[in-house]
Amino acid sequence: MNLIVSSIGQGLLWALLGLGLYLTFRILDFCDMTVEGTFPLGAATAAAAIAHGMNPLLATLLAIVVGMIAGLITGLLYTKGKIPSLLAGILTMTAIYSVNLRIMGKSNVSLLGHNTLFSGDFMRSLPQYFDTVTMGMIVIAVVTILMMLFLATDYGQAFIATGDNTTMAKSLGIHTDKMINMGLMVSNGMVGLCGALVAQSNGYADVNMGIGTIVIALASIIIGEVAFGELTLNQRLVAVTLGSIIYRLILLAVLQLGFSANDLNLISSIVLAICMMIPQFEKVVNIRKPILKGVRPHE
Amino acid sequence: MSKAILELRNVKTIVNKGTSNETTILKGINLTINEGDFITIVGTNGAGKSTLFNVIGGNLPADEGTILHNGKDITHESEEDRTSFLARVFQDPKLGTAPRMTVAENMLLATKRGEKRHLVMRKLKQNMARFTKLAATMNNGLEDRMTTATGALSGGQRQALSFLMATLKRPDILLLDEHTAALDPHTSLNLLHATNERITKDHLTALMITHHLEDALTYGNRLIVLKDGQIKADLNAAEKEKLTTDQLYTYFED
Repeated sequence: MNLIVSSIGQGLLWALLGLGLYLTFRILDFCDMTVEGTFPLGAATAAAAIAHGMNPLLATLLAIVVGMIAGLITGLLYTKGKIPSLLAGILTMTAIYSVNLRIMGKSNVSLLGHNTLFSGDFMRSLPQYFDTVTMGMIVIAVVTILMMLFLATDYGQAFIATGDNTTMAKSLGIHTDKMINMGLMVSNGMVGLCGALVAQSNGYADVNMGIGTIVIALASIIIGEVAFGELTLNQRLVAVTLGSIIYRLILLAVLQLGFSANDLNLISSIVLAICMMIPQFEKVVNIRKPILKGVRPHE
Repeated sequence: MSKAILELRNVKTIVNKGTSNETTILKGINLTINEGDFITIVGTNGAGKSTLFNVIGGNLPADEGTILHNGKDITHESEEDRTSFLARVFQDPKLGTAPRMTVAENMLLATKRGEKRHLVMRKLKQNMARFTKLAATMNNGLEDRMTTATGALSGGQRQALSFLMATLKRPDILLLDEHTAALDPHTSLNLLHATNERITKDHLTALMITHHLEDALTYGNRLIVLKDGQIKADLNAAEKEKLTTDQLYTYFED
């Protein structure tokens, strides 16, 4: 039972990653590898700030801002530098690895004995693992509602149009480059937040904790789509969170079969690969387009 | 004499600059577009028709010369900024609409053409009745598909929607780049009729590229023949009236 609660908590926290990537991968049609660097960047920033005595809430906000800057860098490389989207993300991601080591000063920072968002009296009063579930539910509810509202504004509609048909968006006077930069900033801000929360939940930040995050984020999105099929945009956002929880439960089941935690990245990739192949047979989701787009230069 | 809306002065466009493939496509275009002009443009492939539209629209820079809108120099204004007074319908039905957004959502986007978009709720429901009524004017069942993603529409419906979107917010200049060329003859004729009706009724200023000489003569009140990057003929309504397709064809020769 404890393991299931723990998995749901992890699923909720990590769903932020999926929601962040949804903005770029699905709505902007931009395969953003930056998240693989932004996630540990958010974790490193928050952990280092907390370890230096900063208020955990401020440290978390700082992680969001730093994540947004990383997104902006990828955006500028793509829109102004005309570097293909996939490569722009990889460049930023690789650079962030060094930045993370600079921020932390070593390869990992422990938060043991420091105040975090999980160490308040209320959080401590909850049964084991329910603190993560509570935090996850609050953050996901707020973020999902904000995203739904944003996407239903004039500005949000222009953002969707940019990803859907850039030529048309431009012909209607939408500044598509600005939209792409904004989308990457918001997306990576969310991923930075996710990293900060996961670090505080785990009690440490590690320079290698970003490995495989893009696969986890994609798994949330794809599992949500495969499991729930045709949905409206708002329902899709909810499906990402549910997909993230299902993914954690799948991992739990696989680990129960006797695999070790060292096998996690292998298992993650296999789970995602299987989920992505299901639509190949069903022709439900067209996944090839965004990936092909990632290796072509910006028009 | 009616007011000049757009002026092109000695506009030249060169592609592949600095390479062995350097080509001058527009070789000094001088053109004054007056309010109420409905100009049909004909010319062979490679004559520079699409390039002319791209230079007016701002997708391609004018390497030489100036472009004036209501007397204001817009030669270096971006494509996005020019949309405040200019609307386009592309030849490819896929280019004019956002496939995953619904017909109504697409129309809503077009009501704000060239305007800054803010973080205010989009007001789709409040506009629905107006959009449905407009869609019904196209006579192709578009009004029944308001909540369908445009990717699921037929090519004819998509082009009709693109045309509606281009005229939803009145443009100073409407550019129609062979907007019926990808459609079957019947659908094409239907859209051409609707196009002509809307332009004439609302006194829109429009430029229409076509490969059909009959269409070029039937529609519009001015005709331009482009040849080899230059304006070979610029005929007013009276001259156009007397012209036959055979006579028009002679402009293409030699």
